[in-house]
Amino acid sequence: MARTGVFVCWCGTNISATVDVEKVAEAAKNFQGVRFSTTYRYMCSDPGQNIIKQAIKEYRLDRIVVAACSPSLHEKTFRKCIEESGLNPYMLEIANIREQCSWVHKNREEATDKALQIIRLASAKVLRDFPLEKKFISVEKKALVIGGGISGIQAALDIAVAGYNVVIVEREPSIGGRMARFDKTFPTLDCAACILTPKMVAVSQNGKVVLHTYSEVESVQGYVGNFDVKIRKKARSVDLKKCTGCGQCYAKCPVKVPSEFDMGLGMRKAIYVQFPQAVPNVPVIDRENCRYFTQAGKCGVCRKICPFQAVDYDQQDEIIEEKFGMIIVATGFTQFDHSVYGEYGYGKFKNVITGLHFERMVNSSGPTGGKIICPSDGRDAKDVVFISCIGSRDEQKGMPYCSRLCCMYTAKHALLLKEHNPESQAYVFYIDIRAAGKNYEEFVKKVQDEYGAIYLRGRVSRIFEKGNKLIVRGADTLSGSQIEIEADLVVLATGLIAQADAPKVAQMLRIPYDKNNLFTEAHPKLAPVETITSGIFLTGACQSPKDIPDTVATASAASVKALGLLTQEKLVREPQIARVDAVLCSGCKLCVQACPFKAIEAEEIEDRARKQKRIVAKVLEGVCTGCGVCTACCRMSAIDLDNFANRQLMAEIEVV
Amino acid sequence: MESIIADKKTFKYAYFPGCSLKSTSKEYDISAREVASSLGVILKEIPDWTCCGATPAHLTMHILSIGLPVKILLQVKEMGISEVVTCCAACFSRLKFANDIMSKDQLHREMVSRVLSKKYEGEVSVRHFLDVLVNEYGIESISKKIVKPLKGLKVACYYGCLLVRPPEVTKFDDSEDPHFMDDLINVTGAEAISWPYKTECCGASHSLSNTEIVLRLSNDILRFAKESGADVVAVACPMCQSNLDLRQGEIEKRYETKINLPVLYFTQLLGLALGAESKNLGLNMHLVNPFKILQEKGLL
Repeated sequence: MARTGVFVCWCGTNISATVDVEKVAEAAKNFQGVRFSTTYRYMCSDPGQNIIKQAIKEYRLDRIVVAACSPSLHEKTFRKCIEESGLNPYMLEIANIREQCSWVHKNREEATDKALQIIRLASAKVLRDFPLEKKFISVEKKALVIGGGISGIQAALDIAVAGYNVVIVEREPSIGGRMARFDKTFPTLDCAACILTPKMVAVSQNGKVVLHTYSEVESVQGYVGNFDVKIRKKARSVDLKKCTGCGQCYAKCPVKVPSEFDMGLGMRKAIYVQFPQAVPNVPVIDRENCRYFTQAGKCGVCRKICPFQAVDYDQQDEIIEEKFGMIIVATGFTQFDHSVYGEYGYGKFKNVITGLHFERMVNSSGPTGGKIICPSDGRDAKDVVFISCIGSRDEQKGMPYCSRLCCMYTAKHALLLKEHNPESQAYVFYIDIRAAGKNYEEFVKKVQDEYGAIYLRGRVSRIFEKGNKLIVRGADTLSGSQIEIEADLVVLATGLIAQADAPKVAQMLRIPYDKNNLFTEAHPKLAPVETITSGIFLTGACQSPKDIPDTVATASAASVKALGLLTQEKLVREPQIARVDAVLCSGCKLCVQACPFKAIEAEEIEDRARKQKRIVAKVLEGVCTGCGVCTACCRMSAIDLDNFANRQLMAEIEVV
Repeated sequence: MESIIADKKTFKYAYFPGCSLKSTSKEYDISAREVASSLGVILKEIPDWTCCGATPAHLTMHILSIGLPVKILLQVKEMGISEVVTCCAACFSRLKFANDIMSKDQLHREMVSRVLSKKYEGEVSVRHFLDVLVNEYGIESISKKIVKPLKGLKVACYYGCLLVRPPEVTKFDDSEDPHFMDDLINVTGAEAISWPYKTECCGASHSLSNTEIVLRLSNDILRFAKESGADVVAVACPMCQSNLDLRQGEIEKRYETKINLPVLYFTQLLGLALGAESKNLGLNMHLVNPFKILQEKGLL
């Protein structure tokens, strides 16, 4: 005979103000199997837990119902509590009489009645609870970091410094990411390269770190502790080991194409390094433009000239298969494409550029050598209009969210403009100035007061060309007047958006993403760098727009989470997973398709009764998260979820 | 074989001239009919049509501004024709708005059917004449009919507000940078110049209530067209035409400037290129005389 104990929590007045807890506890005594019931002010407190422990001993209780808050808050607490009293921790049911009852009702009588119903259900279910054993799985002691920007670099360094192996996979020929393109950083104005390149070098020299540049993650299988990953190392056409980075090849290469790194403002060769401080400092051949590849073996100058025979036209893509215990996603962002704005010239006006163009221009190693000019004719830019919120906070044509850093980088640009071209004047059109960060507001103030940037609160309605000038027409909502500015250059503060292939990456990793294609954290406040897929962590702007300090902070946070797994010999898995009854399974494989975690496989078994082989579903214990999708879609009711078994749920329904 | 069939395709539409085209902008009506007949497009005028409500109706009473156009659309339906063509941008806007609402909103359907005692659910499609010429008849078919190319004439195509805005209702051309009229003007042999004031407002019906605004806005448009090298401005809206043409003398006085820029309907220019007589296009009905520049260019 089952011996159930029911413990009703007051939660101060959170529950007791609306629910007559004493009456409920008294009535619960009449439910089937209930041997004991009581109430306490805070059941989750130490004295509260002691009441449960004592009652288990005194009344020889073998299963427990706690009527309190949501199981997402204290289920773990009470499981631990009854485990300490010698019960199996899964012989527990939580009756949520706070979020689902006292907080949402006003009428005390009705709320009391409803609380009682909720406890009745839990008491019926707990009768069919059965002990479950925790599962343990091994951990591969190596982390994968996808993306070699500042966030991936920081995460890898943190893990390596703690003494564990880590692999970075970077799509571009060099690590460094977006930050490598920046000139100065706000609000301290230290040069981006000066603070980034030491980290790039440190990561490449660390013996615990392996870099795969010009590479992409092709597929990910498995589960926390045991991810099987395929990495495609694209053919670089230059041998990484032989090349010394002398640069003779790209000095002699006859093909010039617009440089992607310089936003098309400068040229690069068909064999090139992205920027002078590239890591690794080994060129790559752009096969789409290289004459050797486009004109069937013509040219070949770089191979002839290379003193180390490092150029290899026959190099093929290479697939590396490796096992990892955990994955840190640091795939970053891309910038909004402003060509949807007809009022700003659809991206056709040469002198309407984006913030990233401006970064390259103002950078002394950039295409203009640090001169801020008009791309149309190369003259110095004097009157420069900056427009914020391009693609941000625009539900019609852009993104609904604020990109968080455009206000700051625009202020920085206005400052740099004045420093580079002292005769210049900056005008900034803004909606709001969002400068929430340490020393950020002070920085914007300095740009306004000391550098004379004119801030105009309002939108620009149209930009058009008149001669070699741009006429910028907008509203100043503070003075209530229309404004027309004759500008040399217009800089659009384009917002940050998810990478174009973010959904593909998310599907490959089986992590959720939101309507803006940004990866979704497990909890917006309490698990900001975790995903709901255990063993996969997020850092940087792939989760939401972030500036450098925030990116570095989340990188370190994600690496701590990864280290939390790396330091363990075995991982505990919750035992509430799906279970297939092979006798009932018809082998339709609907569950295989339905499972969002690829945790079900089709397996051939020997059916002794029928003396034939047949296909049945098999749950991969390490991968299953117990979400229950398979049990809902199974036509034969052959799949059950431990602790949420069909029989348990039916028991609840039967007592309603 | 195929081209013969294509040539034989009939272009037949119900035609809603609207009030302006029967009064202040008769030349728009005349020239549109002239163009239609020389292209073989049949414009069948709606018998006993009424006003679309224009700007006053929706300021007076919302249901009136929907009910009046629906009355016209019901007349089109009764003619057994599925498409109605209008030349006036304001009529186009009102008909389009009403049609849009009636095709989507049950509440409006009920309200309007109570007033008109008839059911309407947006079955008729509303087209502007420019849209029909460019997208139905086709630029290429028109190019085959050009007999007198308007060589050397620089035209500033001016679309105004109502043709292209709001884009989700009018679904007409690119709302930020429209080009239908430019395409049509280019096929006449004239040159549609690139200029940024294509969709700026001329002041519209403030012409009577707040003339000063119209003078300022229209001056901006005319000045910019002139500075961009235009010989004439082409329009597709009677209201724009009247502000830019009728008020031009006043603008010149107010801003102490000389503009002298003829403002013609696109149908007049197309008509010329199709070989129509100038008297059949109403070219003599403008205040700013277009004959001088047209003669200068050898087009008359």
